[in-house]
Parts: sequence; C-alpha cells; structure tokens
Amino acid sequence: MKHLLSTEDLSLSNAIRILDTAEEMAAVGDREVKKLPALRGRTVVNLFFEDSTRTRISFEAAAKRLSADVINFAAKGSSVSKGESLKDTAQTLSAMGADAVVIRHWASGAPHRLAATDWIDAAVINAGDGTHEHPTQALLDAFTMRRHWARLAGTGSEGADLKGMRVAIAGDVLHSRVARSNVWLLRTLGADVTLVAPPTLLPIGVEKWPCKVSYNMDETLEQGADAVMMLRVQGERMNASFFPSTREYSRRWGFDDNRLRALDTLGMKDTIIMHPGPMNRGLEISAAAADSPRSTVLAQVRNGVSVRMAALYLLLSGDTREPAATPALAYAGTHSTKESN
Amino acid sequence: MAANTGTYLIQGAAILGGEPADLLIRDGVIAETGSGLTAEGATVIDASGLVALPGMVDVHTHLREPGREDAETVETGTRAAALGGYTAVHAMANSTPVADTAGVVEQVFSLGQAAGWVDVRPVGAVTVGLAGEQLAELGAMADSRARVRMFSDDGICVHDPVLMRRALEYVKAFDGVVAQHAQEPRLTAGAQMNEGEVSAVLGLAGWPAVAEESIIARDVLLAQHVGSRLHVCHVSTAGSVEIIRWAKERGINVTAEVTPHHLLLTDDLVRSYDPVYKVNPPLRTDADVQALRAGLADGTIDVVGTDHAPHPSEHKECEWAQAAMGMTGLETALSVVQHTMIDTGLMTWADFARVTSTAAAKIGRLEDQGRPLEAGEPANVILVDPAARWTVDPSRMATMGRNSPFKGRELPGKVVATFFKGHPTVLDGRLNTPFRHAASVGAA
Repeated sequence: MKHLLSTEDLSLSNAIRILDTAEEMAAVGDREVKKLPALRGRTVVNLFFEDSTRTRISFEAAAKRLSADVINFAAKGSSVSKGESLKDTAQTLSAMGADAVVIRHWASGAPHRLAATDWIDAAVINAGDGTHEHPTQALLDAFTMRRHWARLAGTGSEGADLKGMRVAIAGDVLHSRVARSNVWLLRTLGADVTLVAPPTLLPIGVEKWPCKVSYNMDETLEQGADAVMMLRVQGERMNASFFPSTREYSRRWGFDDNRLRALDTLGMKDTIIMHPGPMNRGLEISAAAADSPRSTVLAQVRNGVSVRMAALYLLLSGDTREPAATPALAYAGTHSTKESN
Repeated sequence: MAANTGTYLIQGAAILGGEPADLLIRDGVIAETGSGLTAEGATVIDASGLVALPGMVDVHTHLREPGREDAETVETGTRAAALGGYTAVHAMANSTPVADTAGVVEQVFSLGQAAGWVDVRPVGAVTVGLAGEQLAELGAMADSRARVRMFSDDGICVHDPVLMRRALEYVKAFDGVVAQHAQEPRLTAGAQMNEGEVSAVLGLAGWPAVAEESIIARDVLLAQHVGSRLHVCHVSTAGSVEIIRWAKERGINVTAEVTPHHLLLTDDLVRSYDPVYKVNPPLRTDADVQALRAGLADGTIDVVGTDHAPHPSEHKECEWAQAAMGMTGLETALSVVQHTMIDTGLMTWADFARVTSTAAAKIGRLEDQGRPLEAGEPANVILVDPAARWTVDPSRMATMGRNSPFKGRELPGKVVATFFKGHPTVLDGRLNTPFRHAASVGAA
C-alpha cells in the first residue's frame, strides 16, 4: 500500500490491518504521554484546498503523536485561472521533501491525480475529494462499529470484520463522499448496508452498488438496524429542488425524536446512531438523538485520530526507505510492517 | 492555375478498396484512370497494397485561430489534417473573436489558403458571440469570400427553441445548414462525465444522455416544421441514434455526425481521472458505442467528424474538474474508423469514403470535395496502407495539441499520400509541401 486513495480498492486484509493497527494506536492515546517516535524526521503535509478544520486537526494530531513534522498548507482555489496549479503545488511540496501528503480537495479525483502523475513521489492520503471518497472517515466509522459489534459479541475486535451487522446510511448520498467510502468498506467487511434517501439525492447508477436502497426511513428502522448513520444535509439543496423544504426533509428522512423513541419501542436497545459531523441539529438529526447514549459522534472523532495514525504509520513505515521506523512501534504490538502491495 | 501542381502516376491502387487501377493526376485533376497507364515525365508512385480514397472532409475541426494560437494555428491544424488524410476541414466558430462576422470568416478562409494544406471552410456562428441571444449576420457570412454554408454555436447549444427555429428558417435563403451541439444546458450544469454507473462511483457530476436526446428530438421536429436542413454534431448516445433514425424514416432533412473517439472509447476510462478523457459530449457506455457503430454502418449517422480540439498541456495537467474538454483527432481518425468499422466487418472502404468524404462534402456544400475517383474530377485523393500498424505518440504529431486519448494504443492504417488539388501535401507518410494558390497567396 503506497497510497490511501479510496476504500473501493482497499482489500479486506489491508482494511483489517489498518483497523488493527488503529487499535494499537488507540492504546497510545490512553497513555499519559500520547506520543510515539515512529515517524520522527518524516514530514507530513496537510494540503487542504477546501476548509475542514475537523479533518485537518485530526490528521495533525495523528501525525504529531507519531512524532512527524507537520506542515499545514491551506491552498485556496487551485484553478489555472486563479493561481498556482495542483501540479506546481505538488512539485513544490516534493522539492521541500514531503514524505506524505494528506490532501483534501473539492474536486473528485484530485488525490488520484497526485498519486498517478510524476508530480510528487510522496505517499498520498485522501482526506476527502469532492463527492468521491473520504476513506479515513469510513475507516474510523468501521473502527467505531467494529468495537461496538465486538463488545456485543463479547469478543475482542482485533482481526474482526463486520459480518452480519446491519447498517443504515441516511441522507444526501448523491453528494456524499462519506457514503461512498462507507458503502465500499462495509461491503468489504461483510456488513449489510441500506441507503435511505429521497430519490433525488441518490445517484443514477446506485442500483449497481453492493447495498439495498430505500426511500423510507421508518420501514428501514422497522426491518432492523444495528447502526444508523446520518449524513449531513445542506439546506441549500432545497433551492435546487432536491427536496421541497428542510421541514419536509426532516420529517421524512431526519433522525428525529419520534424515531429515537421508535428504537426503544422496536426493542433495538443496542442500535447506535452515528454522524460524521458537523451536524445540522434539527435537520438530519435531532438534539436528543445527537446527545443520547446511542450516539457515537464523539467516539468517532476520538477514533479518527487512531485510524489516521494507523494510516500514516502503515504508509510511511512500510516504505523500505526508512527501515528505522520498524522497531519504534515494536512495543505497541507485533506485526509485520512490510507491505506486500 | 496553381504554380506547383505536377503530374503523378499512381500505379495499382485499390480504388475504394476494390480492383487495383492506375490514376493519372495532372494539373489538379484526375486526367485518366485505368490499367497500364503511362505518362511522360510523371512521378510514378507504386501503390500496390494501398487503397485509393477521396480526400477526407472533416465537418468538425477546431483550429483555434484567431485567438488561441498557443493551442493550435490554421497552419499546424491543417498540417495535421493533411497527414490524417484530409483535403478539407470545417473550422468551428468558437475562436476569439468568434467567427460571427464576414470579417472573421474571411480571415480564417485566407489563413487556410495561405497555409495550403487543405481547404479550410469556416463555420459561422449562429448567434452573436455564441451567446444564444441574437442571430449573427448569417447572410453576410454566406455571401463572403468564405462562402459559409454551415453555421454552428458548437461548444454551446442553441437551446432557445425560438432562436433555433429562426436560424433553421433563415439559412434556407442560402442553402445553409445549422449544425447543432445538442446539450440541454439546465440538465448539464457543471456536468463532468456521462451520468451512469461510473459517475455514481467517481462522484463526478453527470451529463445525462437525455440532455442530448431531448434537444435532438426537438430540433428534428423544428426542422420538419420549417422545412429546413439540420445537422447534429457529435452524436454520442444510443437514444440519439434511434431518434435520428426515426426522423429520417419520416423524411426529415437531418444529417448526423459521430466522432472517432465515441466509436471506440467508453466512460470506464474516466476511472483514471486522467483529463485526456474529458470531452464534450462525454464518453458514454459500451452499449452506446455499439449503437453508434451500427448507426454509422446503416447510414443513420451520415459522417465521421473529428471534433479535433487541441488544448495546451496546462489545461489537461490538472484536476479533472478544472480540465478543458476536448481531444485531438485529425491524425488518428482514419485509423480509429478502420479499427472500429472496417476491421470489424461493419463497413467497406467504399462506405468509409462515403462517411469521411462524400457525405461530408455534401453537408458542407463543397463542390470540389468528396468526388468520385474518375477522370475529370478534382484530384483530392489519398492513398492508405490498411496493413500498416502504428503506435500513437502525441509528441510526434503535427497538431500542437498533445491531448490524444489514443496515446500508446496500436492502431491499424496509415495515410501514405494525400493529394490536394493534384498536389501531394503528404508523400511517404510524411508532410511534403503545401499547395500554392496562384491568386490568393498575397492576401494573407
């Protein structure tokens, strides 16, 4: 694994390896000194073409806990007409000796361009590209679900997948990179996914995806769900006629107080409610749902740092150019750091 | 009479892929055909194994001049055309300034004459500045030295139904044709690629087939209503083929074109996010490719048009969404059409001559192009080696554009010679010298 660009092409063994490594990283976060020397002397650039404070600081915390040097590069508007091109930016970072580039871009496929061209030789991590993918978000979601699923089963989560887990993902699937990355990763991990959305917010071609599709939130809940993931919906979509009003959206597809109560009525005491944040309280999720004990919103944030540590560690220390990185993690667990692919 | 035409004796070329025969070219015309011809002082060309065809006519070329000489010039674009087997190209109107006045079309026409590689027939804009608001002076362009017959806002759809109706009606006055870029603008706002299975996965905004088909359906009905001539540019979907087939069955005067890239490539290539595959209309699905091939073979689609669209490298070396739309095509069209239509058994070389030359010249009303290879006809002739195979290398092309989607592909068929008005612009597969127009050299 040289880059982490998408979950669509992430193998089961690599997915499990990242999740298992993240468990080890999580243990570091519980210690008084939350730091490992694994990436000392390596440079990680957070290249953000789109504002996302949450994702950037999560990656920044992850890289710093691994002792990497972190450079934050907020590049606004990369168009040829407006300023420096992606190519020039990449070559500049390459000349500065970046070992990994964490890229957030409004254009789908921008991380693929960095990885496929000879503009830069660094490891590329996709931190969200357009409406394409957000693989570390899906990994942290899977990490959160796996812990929950293992706890219910009374087993450990190391090496485990998500076979049999029923996951409903609800909201603006059409514009959601989080939904796409989750659908592919959850398929790979063996979960049963149902997308719930108004037909206008599902892409043409969704029928070929490895999941079920529903237009009805209540029916989906009645059929049973172990995790319900609410996607952020932008109120402005209403102006482009994706739905008539935010209130109608909220009534039909939001996770409101009635549906929170319905989980109890239906006897689904272990169902968790997830959200990638930032939340629109009162639109796709009610305050009561967001703050309920079922909510994993803050656990997801916490797990995000562990998952991103794992991704950075595996991509950078798997590189034969830096064999010294291998023993650094030795006390956090024993496993091969040599990547076969 | 031009200064540099000579006498050429082509021996043993398969005429339109049929029986071998000799062609004697003298003073710009085919002087004689037959077997065992001799001619004093003629340059003899051994054409055994080669196919003789009428010079190709492109109904859809972007030469970029005036305005974007960093992308292409009339000189470089027509060199590429000659190498690709063309003796005439229609230069699209989306230059800077737009070819919406007699002055601009005459400039492009003159540049073409001065270059001397092919006939350059400017296409006039339908609306002023391609803005879709007010008709350009179509009559003035028709009456100009450039004798414009084809009008198009290509790149932009004439989407206002009233404006389209008026344009179709108005060009009847001078036997013109409106070439429509069929793209419903509201259905394609921000569109990046074909809308379907692949766009769903890639998260790129979709360009649905219905946005093309709904405009074509409207336009053929308008053409029928006002009794005018409509040409549909770069048809890209199976549904469009069906609508055009239906229209032709009803006797509506519509012609249609398909690009070589839509005959071969599909939207699966977009998975690479490499903008060399970004084009408008977008690459579609394999089902569309097969329908387009069938439509071209059965005559529903009349012609192959390249939509040759060179771009500077910085417009492709970027994010997909930032990249310009378009592909080069002049130097690969013959090979791609041979590969997709002839080597598959769907068409003969005689059919090839129809879709790349005869029918195209008729649409553009070019009297001296697309003619039979017979005595007395203008000597616009090409010789093709159908057995040759070559690997596409954009860096070696005559066009300034390096944006060929066929880069690295091995393709069949090579243009060995191109005769333009009896003068070899291409010999031995290499650029020779341009034709010199006796009267107009000084004009440009």
